[in-house]
Parts: sequence; structure tokens; C-alpha cells
Amino acid sequence: MNTSPASSSRNVPKPATWHRKDLLGIRELERREIETILDTAAAFKTVGSRDIKKVPALRGKTMVNFFVEPSTRTRTSFELAAFRLSADVVNISAADSSLQKGETLKDTALNLQALHADIIVLRHSSAGAPKFLAERLDASIVNAGDGAHEHPTQALLDVFTIRERLGKIAGLKVAIVGDILFSRVARSNIWALKKLGAEVTLVGPSTLVPRAFEEMGVSVARHIDDILASADIINLLRIQHERQRKEYFPSLSEYVRFFGLTKARAEKLKPGCLVMHPGPINRGVEIDSDIADGPQSVILDQVTNGLAVRMAVLYLCSTVSRKTR
Amino acid sequence: MKDLIIKNGRIIDPSADRDETADLYVVGGSVSNHAPGDGCEVIDAQGLIVAPGLIDIHVHLREPGQIQKETIESGSRAAAAGGFTSIVCMPNTDPPADNPSTITLITDRIRDTAHVNVYPTGAITKKLMGDEMAPIGSMVQTGIVAITDDGHCVQNHELMRRAVEYARMFDLAVFDHCQDYNMVGNGVMHEGYWSTVLGLAGWPRTGEEIMVARNILLADLCQTRIHCQHLSSAGSVRLLRDARARGVQITGEICPHHIALTDELVSAFDTNYKMNPPLREPEDVEALIEGVADGAITILASDHAPHAFFEKEVEFDRAPFGILGLETELALFLTVLLHQKKAIDLNRLITLYTINPAALTRLPKGTLQPGSDADVTLIDPDLDWIFRKEDSFSRSRNTPFDGWKLKGRAVRTIVGGKTVWELGKDRK
Repeated sequence: MNTSPASSSRNVPKPATWHRKDLLGIRELERREIETILDTAAAFKTVGSRDIKKVPALRGKTMVNFFVEPSTRTRTSFELAAFRLSADVVNISAADSSLQKGETLKDTALNLQALHADIIVLRHSSAGAPKFLAERLDASIVNAGDGAHEHPTQALLDVFTIRERLGKIAGLKVAIVGDILFSRVARSNIWALKKLGAEVTLVGPSTLVPRAFEEMGVSVARHIDDILASADIINLLRIQHERQRKEYFPSLSEYVRFFGLTKARAEKLKPGCLVMHPGPINRGVEIDSDIADGPQSVILDQVTNGLAVRMAVLYLCSTVSRKTR
Repeated sequence: MKDLIIKNGRIIDPSADRDETADLYVVGGSVSNHAPGDGCEVIDAQGLIVAPGLIDIHVHLREPGQIQKETIESGSRAAAAGGFTSIVCMPNTDPPADNPSTITLITDRIRDTAHVNVYPTGAITKKLMGDEMAPIGSMVQTGIVAITDDGHCVQNHELMRRAVEYARMFDLAVFDHCQDYNMVGNGVMHEGYWSTVLGLAGWPRTGEEIMVARNILLADLCQTRIHCQHLSSAGSVRLLRDARARGVQITGEICPHHIALTDELVSAFDTNYKMNPPLREPEDVEALIEGVADGAITILASDHAPHAFFEKEVEFDRAPFGILGLETELALFLTVLLHQKKAIDLNRLITLYTINPAALTRLPKGTLQPGSDADVTLIDPDLDWIFRKEDSFSRSRNTPFDGWKLKGRAVRTIVGGKTVWELGKDRK
């Protein structure tokens, strides 16, 4: 449905609206930059359905998947995206990096640069870590999640999925449900959805949805039942009760009672409402198992689209090197 | 050392309620009523303020144990260049200054290396752990001028009460870094809009205010003085104002960064904007300035907190808290409080840097009365200049004020009649 600037992905032209070496977050992007990524991703999505799932766009480039905080899904998605673009890929996790031996992030990164990495995809528990690298390295830095700050490619794949399914973003009502306070996915989604003209409502325990979020231009609902009939999209975030330092709600069962997307609640959803989840899902907690597998769920579309979006991001950023800027 | 005549300056000495253009005489290292004889040095102070030597009661000199950050020598030299003749150093060294031996080591280093008067503080609790009272009396005998767990905060209110009551026996001030650990948790910046946007753990105002309220209650209960360090929030100022109006012996200080900067600046993730307590919102800045103007806040200080470059050049949430202060604080307060906001006049500003900290610590300083030590700071309150961090005498460079255009500064610092620093003659 989207006319792509690159119908032939063998020779994708450099879009005029992309000038960034790095993708650090959604907050600093303009609407047209987001649209450029989505359009480029649409072109790349066709690659995945071919017999030969590969284009030579990044041949000869080296991408380092630098995951200081563990992740399987995002790391694999970036890795496959790089393979499909013909880049060479190295994976480094916290356990086997010298960070374990007390090396600073700066020194580890300078070493990667000395090995001529062209792109570094960074997942890190500290907000701002990708910006820290971007300011110090010539390589392109792609943020694969930094603390509770941003997870831009997740938000991009979410809006890509919405646009693909519903044909637009502007004017849609999106509810984001769950642990908003600690969620980089929520923050990046808020910025992306707002910039593309959607109305965002946050839903969750008041301890996990502080009032300061309203200053970001979103509304807050205290009861999930208030948004079921009106939401065009409901995006359920993973609840990580066990990993949190403090208690923000008494128990998972109480969470389910007030915020879980149960079957009874799902029946009240607007017809055609998309059910999304960034994964990994806790079946029976934030979402009922049958709903996760049901017709309204686009959870696996999100995964597939994540590949296309990450191909687009890697491609676009790598076309803008520090030297050519 | 030559005797001095400091000619034609505007002498502002709040201890004597004095503000007049006159000559100041220094004989034998002390302020004198009588002009020195032939051979004395004449300093032309035309157009300058002649103030009692300024006192900063909140600096970290990092010695012993962290000399990659600062030493008593380098930090006291930075103090001289900032116009300070007396500074009070905090006990969170390595090892902590929580016993008379370490205090003696520090006073020995002060005697051998310091460029200005340096006075140590001792810890309230052993190893700054907040569990057991440190040997406060023995440390008094070796020269401490106050106790504090600065950088830490005694969470046990009952232990704090006992320490305060015990300190009262020595007429010793208790300084407190006001931070409730449970409320603050792992907070690294002010809790508000920007911490929400940036996904950084918030350090709420309440985490400070609860301890300020605690200290007010204890100062009242124990009928002794407690001093709240580096206040950052509007609520703390309100609490202090109300308590002081009731006669409670509670005092508070503010640092220049808390009125010159706000939390929005953290959005670049630059660790030079990471301090404890954190930078807050414009409404807090206004309240702090109002507090200085109306007397709720009675002391100015720097919280000079040097950290080596490599220590600060890390991820924001992993960086140590704190910035340099000694060489910019007077200029920042002059620029913001005097010139920009016109919140206070020079007399008041000098009061907050001289007799008020002297009264709190019982130091015989901050005065130009005849017979007192000739500690004098010459200030040009209108001098336009640009601070360059590479010119700093500190061993560290962690300052957000590099390149700032400032108005007013010290131009000469005299300790006991001896010039220890002079603008333009300060090449390293």
C-alpha cells in the first residue's frame, strides 16, 4: 500500500530526508524522518518473502551487535536484518566483553572503532549510553534499547505494523497498558505516535504511570475498562514484577484483576482493534493466552516487521558517515 | 611578610556593620587601627571591595586517598583563586575522617601544603555508615570544626538525635546532607518531567525535605544547631523559613549550581550536570533565591566536588555526583543574585560568606575588626570575565561552567597579611 522510494531494493536510492549518522531515539526525529524509515522499510519488507533473502546494500560493512544488557529477540532481529543487507556481523554480549573486566564503555567502544566497525547496535541498561558512543565514535550508533529511555526500532516497527494494517496513523486512538514508568518501549511509542498524529492513552497502576507523562501530551486512564470500547490499538507491555527493585503493585494476580486483557475484557474491544505486544509475552498476565493467539493479535506481524524496519534503519544510517557529513 | 596599606577600597565588614571607603591597615599579619611604618606595601584598592576573607564551609579536598581528584594543596589553591581565605573540608575521604588519627593526618597536610586556612570536619558515624557514633570528642580535640556524614545521611533518627545531643556538649555544629535513602533510591536526577522523558531514575524533592523536617525537629528537641547542606528544593526553603521564625536553631546553605542551572540540562546526558542533590526546576531556583533574599537561607557554599575526567566520562547513571565550585562560586552568586536577579546587595552577599559561616562553626574569622587575622578578599563586583576550565587550579575539570561569561570576581586573596593569589599573576 505504501509507494516505496525503492521498488528495486538492489539499488536503493538514498532518500533526501535522512541525514543522521545515528538513530538514538524517536524524540529528536521529525515526522518526515519517521515516514522515511517506514517507507524504506516497506521496500525492504519484500526481500523477506523472496527465495534469496538478501540484497547487497551493506556488502563490505561491519556491524557489531553490542548487547551489554541481555536480549534475544532484538539482537536476533538486528542480526538477521544485517545478514539480509549482506553486512558482516559480530555479536558481543556483556558476559564476553571486557566490560566484565572493568573496562569502561568508552574504551570498549574505542576498541570496536579501531577494528573499523561501521555500525554499532547498542543495547545498554543506562539511559543515554548510545548518545555517549555517538558523540565519541565515527561509526553509526543504533539504539537497541537504553535503560528506560528509548527503544526506537521497537516504536518504528509498532507504527509500521499499525500503518500496514490500518492504512494510517493520524487520528487513531492508541492505548498503551502496563509498566509505563520503566518502559523505553512506551516512551518511544509515545513520541512516534504523537508525531504521526495518533491520540495516546496510558493505562496502568498509578505507581507505574506517574503524572509527569501527561506533560508529554498523552492522557492517562486509571482503568483499562475505560479504553476498551474506544481504542483502535491496544499495546500491552510486559510486566516484570519479579525484577523490580521496589514493589509498585501488590501482586501479579491483582495486576491481572485490574489491568490484564482477559477474555471478558477482549470481548468489549472495538471490532478491528489491534492487539499488540512487544514481547516476550507473559501469557495469562498482561494478556490472556487465547487473545495473544487470536485474530486481533498482530504480535507476530510485529516481529516480522521488526526485521524490515531494522534493515531500513541500518541502511539509512550507514549511508551517512561522519566523514561525508 | 610586609605590613600593608590597602588604600581607597570600599570596606564592607558586616561584623562591624561597616561600609565605607577607607584604608585598611595590616600590621604583623593582623588588622590594625594604626598605619604601618615605612617599607610597607601599598595596595591600590580603588574601585574594589575590601571584604573580610570569604569562608566556604562545604568543600571536598579528597585527601587522603583520592588524590587523582584533588589534594589539600591543589584544592586550597583553587580556593585562593576563588577569593576564599578559609575553607571547611568534608570527611568523606578514603579512609573517612572518622577518628582523631585521620584528622591529625589531615591537619598535618594542611599545615604543610595548604595555601589558605583549611578546617577539617569529622564524620558523625564510623566509616560514614550511619550505624555507630564516631569518636566526636576526640576529633574535637584534634581540630574539627563540625561533624557531618556529607555524601551520606544518617537515616536512623534516634542515632542522629544522640549525635546532635552529644555534639552540643562541645558547642559543635552538626551539618547534614539531607537525603532519605528509601525515597531517593537509585535516583540520579530530579524527579519530574525530564527524568520521565529521559528514563533516568528520579530523585524527588521529598527525599530532601523529609530530612530537613527531621533536622528541624531534632534541632528543636535538642536545643542545638543543625545546618542543612546544599539545599535544592522549594519545600526545604519553606520548612526552614517557618522553623527559623519560631526560633529553631536550623540553618541552610545553597550552592551556585542550584540557582544557575535546571534539570532540563541533563537531557544531553552530560555528567557535569549530575550532582547530589540534583539540579531542579525553575520554581525551585526562584524559591532558593527568594530564601537568600528573605533570610531563610543564611550561608553560601560551593560543595566543591572534584572528580577525575575518566571517572566522569561514563554512562550518566554510573558517574559520580558533583562538580567543581571554588573558582566559580563567588562569580556565579555575584552574577545571578546581585546583577541578574538583584535579590541581595553586596553587604548581604558578604554576610553570607563571612559572619554567618563563622558564627555557625565558631571560627574567629570573617571579620576585619582590629586585632583579627588579616584575611582579606579584594573583589571587583563588576568585572566581566570568562571562566575557562583549563585555567583551574583544581586537579579535576568537572565543571559545567566552562566558557561562561560572568560578572564580578575576587581579584586578590590575602591570608594573614600575605597575598596568596592575585589575578593576572596566577600562572601555574
